[in-house]
Amino acid sequence: MSVLRAIQDLGRRTIDGVWRIGFAARFFLTILLRSGTAFRRFDLTIRELYFSGVLSLIIILVSGLFVGMVLGLQGYETLQTYGSEEALGILVALSLVRELGPVVAALLFASRAGSAITAEIGLMKATEQLSAMEMMAVDPIARVVAPRFWAGVISMPLLAALFSAMGIFGSYLIGVRLIGVDEGSFWSQMQSAVDFNQDIMNGVIKSVVFGLAITAIALFEGYDAPPTAEGVSGATTRTVVTSSLAVLALDFVLTAFMFRGIS
Amino acid sequence: MNKTVLDLWVGLLVIAGVAALLFLTLKVGSMNAVKTADSYVVVAHFDNIGGLKARAPVKSAGVVVGRVIDIGFDNTTYEAAVTLRLDKRYAFPKDTTAAIMTSGLLGEQYVGLDAGGDSVKLKDRDRILITQSAVVLENLIGQFLYGKAQEGAPQ
Repeated sequence: MSVLRAIQDLGRRTIDGVWRIGFAARFFLTILLRSGTAFRRFDLTIRELYFSGVLSLIIILVSGLFVGMVLGLQGYETLQTYGSEEALGILVALSLVRELGPVVAALLFASRAGSAITAEIGLMKATEQLSAMEMMAVDPIARVVAPRFWAGVISMPLLAALFSAMGIFGSYLIGVRLIGVDEGSFWSQMQSAVDFNQDIMNGVIKSVVFGLAITAIALFEGYDAPPTAEGVSGATTRTVVTSSLAVLALDFVLTAFMFRGIS
Repeated sequence: MNKTVLDLWVGLLVIAGVAALLFLTLKVGSMNAVKTADSYVVVAHFDNIGGLKARAPVKSAGVVVGRVIDIGFDNTTYEAAVTLRLDKRYAFPKDTTAAIMTSGLLGEQYVGLDAGGDSVKLKDRDRILITQSAVVLENLIGQFLYGKAQEGAPQ
């Protein structure tokens, strides 16, 4: 009997999973189709930009500074054994602009803003605010979901760029100001190695994709959350876990596409 | 929080983000990639290109004047065909020599151009005839050892 139950359970889980994927795809498409309001009434999007973008600034800036400082210390430690401390600028700038900036900023954004979005939407659903909107012929996807989506997509590249800039500043503080790497070669080697199209634009593209993935996952989890206290808390956890994994997996895929042919 | 303060903060975020991007573009990165419109392409054949890679710089007198855009293999002469894209602002005589050099001991390899004395300039799709291959460390060590052995040999 228990074997039968196990098989039943497996089937139910599979069907549930497929159902959720289908629902997520339909939900994502609906957001895109109904995002006209998010741009026509841009004040709605501005409000969400404040909550997910501006309020994430502190954590992004401070982490960027510390990550850059650590990179400066560790990079110097390794590079000096080869007598090429001046390459510190290249090391820090390339690793920040290509990978760490977009990825770490996205992970921080997922846990800072993604979880908040899920909790908010989930609670709106649990307290039947979304149903109330529908009763008043206000489309909750256009009014609540789409502005949050576009705010996330807009703020993510800005935050990633700030993270990279702060990181480079942090490594400059440690490498040049504290340890005494030559300032001129620090900047000039960095400039000759970092390419606008290859490195900076690819970093921006990555962060836009991450912003898209994180906010879509966060909104879907909130919209799909069971309308109970445990349901909302579970959905919030799932948002952070799923979007972090999605960011790392997408990063691998994007990197494989972008940097395959580069020396 | 009222609406104008909100707008102010979001405006600050956008300005800071764009400023960071500008900082990355201008101070950290470089846009010295030669554009297709104001450049010309020349080909140079080398016996051995060593570790030269596409996108490596082309320098003359130490100044970057272009980039390597393609490296191919010529199956009739068994040589490496290196395509260089040079900035239109810099015209080189037809008898310019191209050599593969290394910046520093372990640095990147680049193509060095040494201007000749011809009055006719290189044009688009021209070929640089005089080239000098990359120095292969093994050959160099071999030559050195051979020379040492010659020195010690009884006359």
